[in-house]
Amino acid sequence: MYVVIAGGGKVGSNVTRSLLEMGHEVTLIEQRPDRFARLEGEFGPVVIRGDATEISVLERAGIARPPELLLAVTGDDEDNLVISQIGKEGYGVGKAIARVNDPRNQAHFDLLGITQTICATTSVLGLVEHEVPEHGMVRLLELQREGLEIVEVQIESGSPAAGSRAGGLSLPGGSRLISVFRHGRTELVEPGTVMRPGDQVLAVVTHDSAPELRRVLLGAR
Amino acid sequence: MKAVVIGCGRTGSAVGKGLAADGWDVTAVDESEDALGRLGPDWRGGFVVGHGLDMTMLERAGVSDADAAVVSTDGDNTNLVIGQVLQKRYGIGTVVVRVLDPARARFYAERGLNTVCPTQTAISVLRDAVNATQLEPSTTP
Repeated sequence: MYVVIAGGGKVGSNVTRSLLEMGHEVTLIEQRPDRFARLEGEFGPVVIRGDATEISVLERAGIARPPELLLAVTGDDEDNLVISQIGKEGYGVGKAIARVNDPRNQAHFDLLGITQTICATTSVLGLVEHEVPEHGMVRLLELQREGLEIVEVQIESGSPAAGSRAGGLSLPGGSRLISVFRHGRTELVEPGTVMRPGDQVLAVVTHDSAPELRRVLLGAR
Repeated sequence: MKAVVIGCGRTGSAVGKGLAADGWDVTAVDESEDALGRLGPDWRGGFVVGHGLDMTMLERAGVSDADAAVVSTDGDNTNLVIGQVLQKRYGIGTVVVRVLDPARARFYAERGLNTVCPTQTAISVLRDAVNATQLEPSTTP
């Protein structure tokens, strides 16, 4: 696979190393002279120096081939957005993944069609939320394009769903219970499955229906 | 008619003052409070301090009901992103974006963004000036 990586900081340089070890072809673009010198020492001609938001630099990196994957992982969100847009819209790059440095900029990436993003802050917050669930419902995975979330809900003894059969719950449209984890075992949810206190329930739900699903299973808190 | 000017440097402040003189209701936005000084002592328009991608700040500056916007911060990519956000999220009819790099200005112009490239203007004017001299009759003996 051919991969173009914009930005040779911690993310870009480590991903470059891993992809090269896996046998992929990589071009890494880095603008800062000091960083470029260090990266060139390690990776040789894989690294080119320049501003990856300049079309001529992207062309020098082989954007017109086009690469199977473009990673825009500089420390600047606007740069990452512009790099991704030029790659996807200008050169038909199939897959672009952009790094979001400031989670407040996520909405701009979504608006401008750069749907595959990674944000370290959001990931860490997700882990924190998993350890300390604030609303009894933890979002495990967000499927942006599909508009779906995979969530985990812990049934408590006071939860309205406790003691009910899955088939008897009036779940909101756009939601399905997948499985319950109890006594160290996972069971797929059937209409006859009874919810018990302590159960960890996995569900798939649309963004809009998530609050209602929480209300049905856990009540208004 | 309401206009928002984002990036209040030499260009932005002059455009803002000009539009105000033309009768527009102008709000200027800049990251630095010092930029207010560039608008002069007689400035009657709005002024908001903040980054041009901060939506709370943009809404405070009135982008939701603005008729036009000028984007001229000192970063090409920042301007390109702000311009698209103003056009696509807030539906502002007239959005003009300053982009110094001719290649990027052309790329986004082809995709429906109204970009203005001072570098390209300078290139054309300088070239035309030289060509005009060449075409005048030779005075050398």
